[in-house]
Amino acid sequence: MRASIGALACSVILALLSTGAVARDTWPTPPATDASPPQVSGPLQGGTADHTKFDELKGPFSSGPEVTKACLGCHTETGKHFMRNIHWTWSYKNPDTGQQLGKRYLINNFCTNARGNEGMCAQCHAGYGWKDESFDFSDETNIDCLVCHETTGTYYKTPNSSGSPACSVMFEGKPPIDLAAVAASVKLPQRANCGTCHFNGGGGDNVKHGDLSSALKKPPRSLDVHMGADGLNFACTACHITNRHVWAGSRYRVVAKDTEGTGKPGQRTDVATCESCHGLAPHPVDSLAHFKLNDHVKSIACQTCHIPEFARGGVATIVDWDWRTAGKTKDGVGYHEEGYLQGNGEERYTYKSIKGNFTYGENLIPTYAWFNGQMHYTTIDTKFDPNAESIDINGFTGSRQDPRSRIWPFKRMHTWQPYDKGNGTLVYNHLWGEDDAAYWGNYDMGKSIAKGMADFGLKYSGKFGFIQTISWWPITHMVAPKEQALGCGDCHRPRDSRLASVQGVYMPGRDHNRWLDIIGTLLVGGTLAGVIIHGLIRFFSPKTKGQH
Amino acid sequence: MATRRVKIFSLFERFWHWSQMLLIVVLLITGFGLHGFHHLVSFKDSVTLHTATALTLLLLWAFGTFWLFTTRSWRHFIPTVEGMWGVFRYYSFGIFKGERHPYRKAYWRKHNPLQALAYTMLKIVLFPAIWITGLIYLFYFAWRDLPHATEMLHGVALVHTAAAFAILTFVFIHVYMLTTGHSFRDHLMPMINGFDEVDLTPEEEAYLIKDEPENIR
Repeated sequence: MRASIGALACSVILALLSTGAVARDTWPTPPATDASPPQVSGPLQGGTADHTKFDELKGPFSSGPEVTKACLGCHTETGKHFMRNIHWTWSYKNPDTGQQLGKRYLINNFCTNARGNEGMCAQCHAGYGWKDESFDFSDETNIDCLVCHETTGTYYKTPNSSGSPACSVMFEGKPPIDLAAVAASVKLPQRANCGTCHFNGGGGDNVKHGDLSSALKKPPRSLDVHMGADGLNFACTACHITNRHVWAGSRYRVVAKDTEGTGKPGQRTDVATCESCHGLAPHPVDSLAHFKLNDHVKSIACQTCHIPEFARGGVATIVDWDWRTAGKTKDGVGYHEEGYLQGNGEERYTYKSIKGNFTYGENLIPTYAWFNGQMHYTTIDTKFDPNAESIDINGFTGSRQDPRSRIWPFKRMHTWQPYDKGNGTLVYNHLWGEDDAAYWGNYDMGKSIAKGMADFGLKYSGKFGFIQTISWWPITHMVAPKEQALGCGDCHRPRDSRLASVQGVYMPGRDHNRWLDIIGTLLVGGTLAGVIIHGLIRFFSPKTKGQH
Repeated sequence: MATRRVKIFSLFERFWHWSQMLLIVVLLITGFGLHGFHHLVSFKDSVTLHTATALTLLLLWAFGTFWLFTTRSWRHFIPTVEGMWGVFRYYSFGIFKGERHPYRKAYWRKHNPLQALAYTMLKIVLFPAIWITGLIYLFYFAWRDLPHATEMLHGVALVHTAAAFAILTFVFIHVYMLTTGHSFRDHLMPMINGFDEVDLTPEEEAYLIKDEPENIR
């Protein structure tokens, strides 16, 4: 009887203790390969045409729009499709908040505003020639097909207007582009295509997002388990699935908690969530720990554990930007200083006359908070207290009670940036231009703000100051292989918990009742002391022989 | 009235006692680790071990409870005040003077009144407090969407932890008690071989000698 119960108890313990022996058989996942397979681009993988065989693409082409005309000659509907997407419109009206968003309108806390600076900033507009308000958004031939589809790596863009000589010098002396060769090379977008702009948001490599850098062009799987060139080798569009040139995965309307999962086969072509592939119970239920992890999915974004640090892979991100120091010149000429050596051995600028001071960070631990996917932007129209200590550029909401919320990782970007001290608004700064008001080249911020505001008929008090602004960047790329994911103890610990600042939850290991711990310790300690004293009294008491 | 060595702890009772001891020690170590008092075992392994041990203990208790009621052994745990004062007085004063323990084990009363009360309280107050809150805790995933779930979990955790402190206190006293009396060994052996000295009525003695000779020495 003893043996049978013992055997039963042992088998129960063994069954519960097995922590995924089956999963380890395929460790590491995905299997590493020697030669890189082609990038996986999602449902459109394959294709039915070889563009190098098309006479239409033989050229010669004298300009980008000529190539576009050739593309549209076969892809008859693509122009109409493309013009609806945000890469073209740079405009997005949030249906929930009614806020007018999009690069065309927003103010950020990096280079602050594209509006009025399109001559420079619209290099990353997927079109040709947007330099001011006169750009024709209805002309299909203005679409730039090549920037997303060419695969030679020789294609590049330059500013749409010449700007100040102080800046335009940066873009001189580039080799001419062989447009026919570039046109013949078109394929589904590779990581490098998207990365042309998305890796360089904020004015440089990984400056803005922290989780999108040039390190992802050919990353090892340890940097990103999906994009790893030695692993799955996913292109961006493998997750950012595309329907008629509209992509899933919006930063203006984030799906913080996907409750639908994979859906039926062939469905879910509308989201870029982890759950749309991995389902709602992503950890194989072969151990108690995995069962508990699947339960965590309701409260914790996958990214929180699976992206233990961002700005990995040797490319730093900017975490602090100080516009107050901008405008210093040497003999009237702007300059820049290097001062940060990043992981891949490259120097980064820590000061630029045109932008101010930068602070970099690498392998950063994110900030964690409840997030329901809804950002509330401080736009050019938002009024705030001019004496406020700091302003959230894109504040967000979320809580344990909100069923759409989960705990997400964020990059927190802190900046001192110019604002209208008199009216309590952010400002459009006229940075780029050939005139004598453009800040880049003339370094007079009062003048450049006045023009930036006046150009769009906006009220400006004439007095500018600097205010601290915070922007929040949900971290979702650079997903580490699972063996590098956070462990339970990284959050469930009394001190230095990753989630130390997260409210609204009781977390065993992190949380405890101070009084109960004190009383309990006194009780146990008191008992120990009591039995020791009791024992000592017995030991030293006179003993009566024969009794006990 | 004769004092004889009688088997008072059956094989199952001894298996129950020692496996329960082992499980409770593991639960205390992993539990206080999860609470953050030490980091001897990783949180993940602690949770796994704590849960597995707790479920095993519940299974053991299910068997134990069944055994208690089918063998009528539960009657050993009925609280009584008879002789309580004597035992209490003994541990407070008499023990220091080398007095003899006032309680004599009887065949159907193998615990002294203080012991019986302590074990009964453990069985009907502390153990239910910890296993009921433990199960509620374990099944948090099933009720996490109720309003005020976080506050309720906090309360559940509070009771669970408080009961754990109380059980740890019991363990210290329980083990210390083994050092009183004849010797540590004399207290320990009955729970190993089952036999202890018991006051038997002539009828009990006669019955055991005739019908259960293997249970009397």
